[in-house]
Amino acid sequence: MKRVAALVVALALIGVTAWLVWPSAADVRGQDQRISVVDGPSDDQRVDLDTTFFPPPGGGKAPAVLIAHGFGGSKQSVRDQAIRVAQAGYAVLTWSARGFGRSTGQIALNSPDYEVKDVKQLIDWLAKRPEVRLDAAGDPRVGIAGGSYGGAIALMTAAYDHRIDAIVPQITWSDLADALFPNAAVEGPPVQGATGQNAAGQAAEGGVFKRMWAGIFFGQGVSLDNLATSLGGGREQAAAPLTAEQARCGRFLPEICEVYQQVAQTGRATPEAVALLRESSPITVAGRIKAPTLLLQGQRDSLFPLAQADANARAIAAAGTPVSLAWFDGGHDGGDGEIDWLHEQSTAWFDRYLKGDGPAGAAPPVSAFTVTRDGGRDPGTRQRIRLHPEAASYPGLLGTDTTTVRLSGPQQNIANPPGGAPASISAVPGIGGLLGGANNPGVSIDMPGQSAAFESPPLSAPLQLTGTATARIKVSGEGEATLFAKLYDVADSAQPPILPAGLVAPIRVTIPEDTGSVEATITLPAVDHDFAAGHRIRLVVTTTDMGYATPAAPAAYQVSLAAPTLAVPTVRTLAAAPAGVAWWVWAMPLAAVVIAAGILATGRTGSRRRRVPVTAGSPGVNGQAHDGPATAPEQGEPDRDLPLEISGLTKAYRNGELAVDGLSFRVERGQVLGLLGPNGAGKTTTMRMMMGLIRPDAGEIRIFGERVTPGAPVLSRLGSFVEGPGFLPHLSGRDNIELYWAATGRPAADARFDEALEIANLGKALERAVRTYSQGMRQRLAIAQAMLGLPDLLVLDEPTNGLDPPQIREMREVLQRYARDGRTVIVSSHMLAEVEQTCSHVVVMQRGRLVSTGPVSSLLGSARSGPGAANGHGPRLEDVFLDLIGDKS
Amino acid sequence: MTAAPGYAPRRTLPLRVEIVRQFKRRRTLAMFGLLLALPWVLVIAFQFGPQPSGQAASSLRISDLATASGLNFAAFALSVSASFLLVVAVALFCGDTVASEANWSSLRYLLAAPIPRDRLLRQKLIVALGYSAAAVICLPLMALLAGTVAFGWNDIQVPGTGELIPAFDILPRFGIVIGYALVSQLVVAALAFLVSTMTDSPLGAVGGAVGLWIVSTILQAVEALGTLREFLPTFWNNAWLDALSPELDWSGMVKGASVSVTYAVILMAVAFRRFRVKDVVS
Repeated sequence: MKRVAALVVALALIGVTAWLVWPSAADVRGQDQRISVVDGPSDDQRVDLDTTFFPPPGGGKAPAVLIAHGFGGSKQSVRDQAIRVAQAGYAVLTWSARGFGRSTGQIALNSPDYEVKDVKQLIDWLAKRPEVRLDAAGDPRVGIAGGSYGGAIALMTAAYDHRIDAIVPQITWSDLADALFPNAAVEGPPVQGATGQNAAGQAAEGGVFKRMWAGIFFGQGVSLDNLATSLGGGREQAAAPLTAEQARCGRFLPEICEVYQQVAQTGRATPEAVALLRESSPITVAGRIKAPTLLLQGQRDSLFPLAQADANARAIAAAGTPVSLAWFDGGHDGGDGEIDWLHEQSTAWFDRYLKGDGPAGAAPPVSAFTVTRDGGRDPGTRQRIRLHPEAASYPGLLGTDTTTVRLSGPQQNIANPPGGAPASISAVPGIGGLLGGANNPGVSIDMPGQSAAFESPPLSAPLQLTGTATARIKVSGEGEATLFAKLYDVADSAQPPILPAGLVAPIRVTIPEDTGSVEATITLPAVDHDFAAGHRIRLVVTTTDMGYATPAAPAAYQVSLAAPTLAVPTVRTLAAAPAGVAWWVWAMPLAAVVIAAGILATGRTGSRRRRVPVTAGSPGVNGQAHDGPATAPEQGEPDRDLPLEISGLTKAYRNGELAVDGLSFRVERGQVLGLLGPNGAGKTTTMRMMMGLIRPDAGEIRIFGERVTPGAPVLSRLGSFVEGPGFLPHLSGRDNIELYWAATGRPAADARFDEALEIANLGKALERAVRTYSQGMRQRLAIAQAMLGLPDLLVLDEPTNGLDPPQIREMREVLQRYARDGRTVIVSSHMLAEVEQTCSHVVVMQRGRLVSTGPVSSLLGSARSGPGAANGHGPRLEDVFLDLIGDKS
Repeated sequence: MTAAPGYAPRRTLPLRVEIVRQFKRRRTLAMFGLLLALPWVLVIAFQFGPQPSGQAASSLRISDLATASGLNFAAFALSVSASFLLVVAVALFCGDTVASEANWSSLRYLLAAPIPRDRLLRQKLIVALGYSAAAVICLPLMALLAGTVAFGWNDIQVPGTGELIPAFDILPRFGIVIGYALVSQLVVAALAFLVSTMTDSPLGAVGGAVGLWIVSTILQAVEALGTLREFLPTFWNNAWLDALSPELDWSGMVKGASVSVTYAVILMAVAFRRFRVKDVVS
């Protein structure tokens, strides 16, 4: 136990030391810096930007990464991210964009005249830093990362400044006009290639105003950072009281403020508004981006849905620039955010394109297209786990294949309520993530009388929708219809249907007066969703949605399917990352086999012998050396006729105290030897060593010349009964005896069951379970077991314990008869009279040492002349024994 | 003449003898009785419980599908018992085997017979593993029988997606499930066996193995351990569920088998080594 405890303590110490010594992440210190830039259409406006520069922790020159914050945030919101990127070996610069945080200036929505010029000058500043690696004079090796507003500046700057070497924009827009005024319908005959962007020729002027998101985007009271958890926002410092102008326009440029105020009032995009928003949209300049781009877009994002990233990806790829796209579990509506995974992906991207890791022609470090999917629950934690299947090429929102699902449903009447209230609820901007929880797939509420539903039969196989499903509907009524299309996953009547990602597709169609109806192809929101077998797909068209501006005037429409089908895109190539079998799967069992072999091989030789000083000369302590005691093992030919020879036998207890100490004696054929000694003299320990149960620390035991080791074959000539019987309590006496003999593997004919059982004398009790036996019965059965096969050497430990006097007498005769046939019997006892009557020879032990050995008669004879004879009685072994062990009173 | 006539170490403690010695124990019979009765108890529980309204299972968890067919029921019975009942059963058979002999004092007579120590362990391990395997196999087989009698021989409905797979197609998969359950219990068996050689309290051996199992189960809930958890012996315990998915996924089961075999081999080697040099004092 001590050794185990020591081992545990040692392991704990090693663990704690490793914990303390383990190299922690390098310390990154930020340097706050105010950098003055000049921008504006005519380069005459001076702005102070509040920045923090994080030099590479390893020293030397490193590539630089600019990290831009989201709308409403500041450089503080990206501090943690910046430190993490710096620890990966980059110089990092964060800044508060103009109009945010402690920077001066006004918000110009990532305009090329303002923010883009600012960032170009930040890059100029970086080019002068000694810590930053340069591609050429004034051209640092630099990348930009950022989310939402910060993602857009990455794209915009990359288009205008070709010194940028890689960008990782997250959850950002491609076309701000389209994002705020979407329209998912294309009127007229079926079209191919609709992708959820406002289709070609379909101006954002006709789009449905994304009222709530726009309000938050342009509003002052709410910061997007507090809403979009995925951006890792920090708290903003309390602002000073607002002036009238600030209250109206906040820190926006006045012209932007004017346009917004007008648009928000009417819910209609004016041409000026569209032009202004397009000015700030990467889609207009995406063809000029030469920096390899990794687009990370959230699947739970009703502000900048996946279609925005799709537009960016296609536009950038069209210019021949490497683009990878990932749809992760996050976005402006919540979700997990996958902060760690995003960090891994963007670091891999930067490592490849900024540090130049890997050969130049190698495949991009991030697959062209990655989608985060639910991977069930972790077997240990029961937490959701996420899988990241990848595809080598980006298939677009129409997928690699299309599955056609039949939809059915009659023409239905729906009405727009006066004032547009109550409105259906899908994703609620800002709090969508809070309502549904991170893992809730999305529950939405449709108001009665406002929605038409068309449903598919139960699916016969699971259907993984990846991209935008399309359908064709027919709307009858008057004037302009503002409608919202959603695709539900319907399990059964008991559960509310699920609206994947809480996304809706707003539709605005104009119904010609002459026909009174219009057919349109509607492009449903881009999602990645698994419809299970047995579920139904339900297409719902409603007149209201809380997130959008809807007409206040009451109206009624009839909605029906123009074609009874729903085209569902699937991506065949999207497979889980080629896992392969981890190397340890094969290596570990093989290593285990090798280790096991090692354990066994070393165990064979490694008998843990402790050297204990052997006290020689135990015999003759009392000057009574008699015939027989061997003082040292004969090194010559072992005597194969000698039943037992013990020489120098020593065994220590765990605490070091000697149980048997240099014991030597020998037993001849035909002897009945009494092993005599008080409790604790080492008798039983000696017998256990004879049986090979305990290893001696020193000395040896030979039985018929063979050294006793655990399981030595010569033990088959030894019959033993030591320290009580050992039977299987649930078996009968006979079964026990027979199975024991069977376990020795010897022929049943050799067992001599009859003779042995006669000694046990159990009668009918032999057929009862042993657990019902009395102590004496078990004792007799155990002695019978020891005598099975009539062994040449019989070792019995206290055989008469628990026997009644007639049985004791009988036992004495049995033992003497047994020895008479040339066999040998060793009996241990502390009952002196018993030994005196039964045994021919005696070995007296005390405290593990031999005290005396010899024939009983000789022992008694020598005592005759001793003090015991003085009282006139004949010598008794008791007196001799007490005399020998020096305990005479 | 070094040994008694007819004595040969290779013939000691034949498997037949050890099987008989263990079989008549109440513990063995009670455990098998429990394992064979459990499916019927579950069937009765499902019959008495409120029936799910409508035939479409509302959410496709394995327990909701249990009454869909005999195969579904057997999968359910296995899923509820694999995490604990089978662990206890295996720990009982393997943990009890040496420790109870020590407890009865019969171990020393077997060793003095003499049965060489390695051989004693080997034979006992084979028999204990045999009983464990029988326990792991008999439960799903009886569940299959009980489920088929109670719920019919229908096609299996896959948990999660609700797909239907023809019953005869899934039958070989079911063999994989049972095979994997066997392999994954190997580590419990080895652990219990090791403890069994170190103590002479049978319940201590069983309890020790089950206790370490529980510790491992708790540890694997600590997500902070990250991928280290994959090397916990309990982590892949439910990987057999992959065998019932429409597309057979071996990866989890292969990893689970690898971890299980690794632990088992080393634990068994330690057991043999320890027992070989151990002083038998019980």
